[in-house]
Amino acid sequence: MSPGTIASSIADGLLIGIVYGIAAMGLSLIWGVMSVINLTHGALISLGMFGVYLLFTTFGLNPYLALIVVAFFGLLLGVLIYLIAIARVIDAPHLSSLLATFSVNMIIIGLGTAIFTTTPRDTGFSLGSVQIGPVTLQGTRLVAMVVTLIVAGALYAFLYRTRTGKYIRAVANNRAAAELMGIPSTAILALSFGIGTMLAAIAGGLISTFFSFTILSGGIYELKSFIIVVLGGLGNPLGALVGGLILGVLEGVLPLTMPNTWVPVIEFLLFVFILLVRPSGLLGGK
Amino acid sequence: MKRIWHGLLVVLLFAGVILAGCGAPPATSPPSAGGTESPQPQTTAPTTAPQQPATATQPPAAAPATEKTVIIGFTASLTGKLNVESTRQTNGLKLWMDQVNKAGGLKLADGTVVRFEAKFYDDESSKDRVQELYTKLVNDDKADFLISPYSSGLADASAVIAEQYERIMITTGAASEGTYQKGYTLVYQTYTPAGRYLTGAVDMLASLDPNAKRIAIVHENDKFSTDVVAALEKYAVAQGFEVVLKEGYDSGTTDFAPIINKIPANVDAIMGGGHFADGQQFSKAIYSKNLPIKFIALLVAPPEPTFAEIGDAAFGIVGPSQWEPLAAFTPDYGPTGAEFIEAYRAAYNEEPSYHAAGGYVAGLILQRAIETAGTLDTQAVKAALDSMDMTTFFGRIKFDTSPESHGLQIGHSMVYIQWQRDASGALTKQVVWPKEGKTADPVYPIR
Repeated sequence: MSPGTIASSIADGLLIGIVYGIAAMGLSLIWGVMSVINLTHGALISLGMFGVYLLFTTFGLNPYLALIVVAFFGLLLGVLIYLIAIARVIDAPHLSSLLATFSVNMIIIGLGTAIFTTTPRDTGFSLGSVQIGPVTLQGTRLVAMVVTLIVAGALYAFLYRTRTGKYIRAVANNRAAAELMGIPSTAILALSFGIGTMLAAIAGGLISTFFSFTILSGGIYELKSFIIVVLGGLGNPLGALVGGLILGVLEGVLPLTMPNTWVPVIEFLLFVFILLVRPSGLLGGK
Repeated sequence: MKRIWHGLLVVLLFAGVILAGCGAPPATSPPSAGGTESPQPQTTAPTTAPQQPATATQPPAAAPATEKTVIIGFTASLTGKLNVESTRQTNGLKLWMDQVNKAGGLKLADGTVVRFEAKFYDDESSKDRVQELYTKLVNDDKADFLISPYSSGLADASAVIAEQYERIMITTGAASEGTYQKGYTLVYQTYTPAGRYLTGAVDMLASLDPNAKRIAIVHENDKFSTDVVAALEKYAVAQGFEVVLKEGYDSGTTDFAPIINKIPANVDAIMGGGHFADGQQFSKAIYSKNLPIKFIALLVAPPEPTFAEIGDAAFGIVGPSQWEPLAAFTPDYGPTGAEFIEAYRAAYNEEPSYHAAGGYVAGLILQRAIETAGTLDTQAVKAALDSMDMTTFFGRIKFDTSPESHGLQIGHSMVYIQWQRDASGALTKQVVWPKEGKTADPVYPIR
């Protein structure tokens, strides 16, 4: 196995891992703020894919400009989903919110299948490749990495440098206390769900620039997101980014030493292992 | 905290089960109203006027001694996941029947004029229904000959009944070899068997470049693709090729970069694939990695028109197909490809797929066998099928007559398409193999 092959595998792993990271950030944020396991996450990633695809193929809008539109509508959709399906069960046992998000997931998948069918779509968008020594990097994946870093940076700044971000962290820490301090918790929870949804939509939009997809494609990223948030620490959005990178590198490098069909087995063994020995994740929880 | 983690584990398992459910092909329609009790057969009266007469039928006799209606029995997946393909197959078969009947039917040696009537039931795309319905077709509807349902699984289930009740069955829409290795003597296959889906690509590569010897096989881990590449590997090695990598991937894989990184340098060709989504994604990933591959042949995906959505990445990719409207075979029996396409378009207002062509050719095979036998006697028609060797618009038709694989299709070969560029630079499909059916020379090396 040549060093070039190893370098290529690590680079590919990092580039896909960072996108896994942004996909998982939304899931992690929603759990961290309102203790809701969002089973709509995969479907929302798929909607992000279709959003960018349709804006690009129908209106010729550059996929990265389309991503801004998709992010905005993702935020709105998230707020809407929260107010309609989740707000009323937010204080009920976890199973209620779980079933509520699952129901929304099935509605989106059902409508998506009826409208788009399950025929694979491809944006056909390309930015060429960049050759660095033995490593060939796909342009769209490089841009996805840059976008992810910008979004993660913006999220960090929002959470830690703005008043609204402070409200979100306060509600995450202790909602009752935050309400006593005059923080409008319903609005903050709706906004948090909206941001989580927006992150899922952005992840989907980025993925659509380099992978083919169907309305069901988000499911696989939802599953990976569960592993990632456990790796990075459930409720810690930035830890999710690190978890994504770890998972991506594992997926890149492990196939060099074993049949690639073994990779999910290793990933889920790791998932169980982390749950057993360090349930707060590698970077700690909220 | 502990409860939360336990809850999360349960949720993950739950989500996995749900996703697995979502990934399964949905049944598109509810079961037929008839349920399992006394289904009513659907029949097609030979009244539709086809646009194109059958080319090889006997002219009607001036004063036929007698007329006989021959019942062709089959099931069609009017509901369920196989609905689309099965409907096209049935359309093709009905077109053949209409054309023969319109042209006056077939004349047997004793002067009897034979006309055909179809009797069929909805099998709901379910293997469980097939055996019951074929038994009914033979016992209650007195079917004289049988055509298989669409898909290898359903055809395999129906073949048992044909053999038990001593009816000749022409299978179509079914590529699996297994059915013909069970000692059956009355079941005959129309499609090229799965094991030969990619062997033609090896022949093509050998003819293009005698120095190309190193092949990487990358394939989906489902039964169909695994069977195809097992036969491919065996054949390639026998032809002097070296298989430098054989790697499977899970259905639903989207990120092929880790697999492509495993492909050794100086590989001449990549072969394998699986189904549409992964084949398209794999082609795209190979392209984005700038691999200097000379030849790429993948299953299923390339012949689909939407494969070209991936743009430049589609260029040069070769894919096998049972039949392509483009294929320029010169038939020695039955209509030309152009005549079939025109008649099909006129009858159904859509372009014929290979499923439709397969349905039509199944009828054509039966027609030729009855004409050769000059009688409807099962053993005589069987003898005619055993000795059949003809070229239709679908390609060559010839059956294995050895006891080990009786009825297996050995004459027909896949046609191989390649995405090339036309004069305006647009991506277009061309048939590049076999030589007798090609519409353009293969592009080689592609990169």
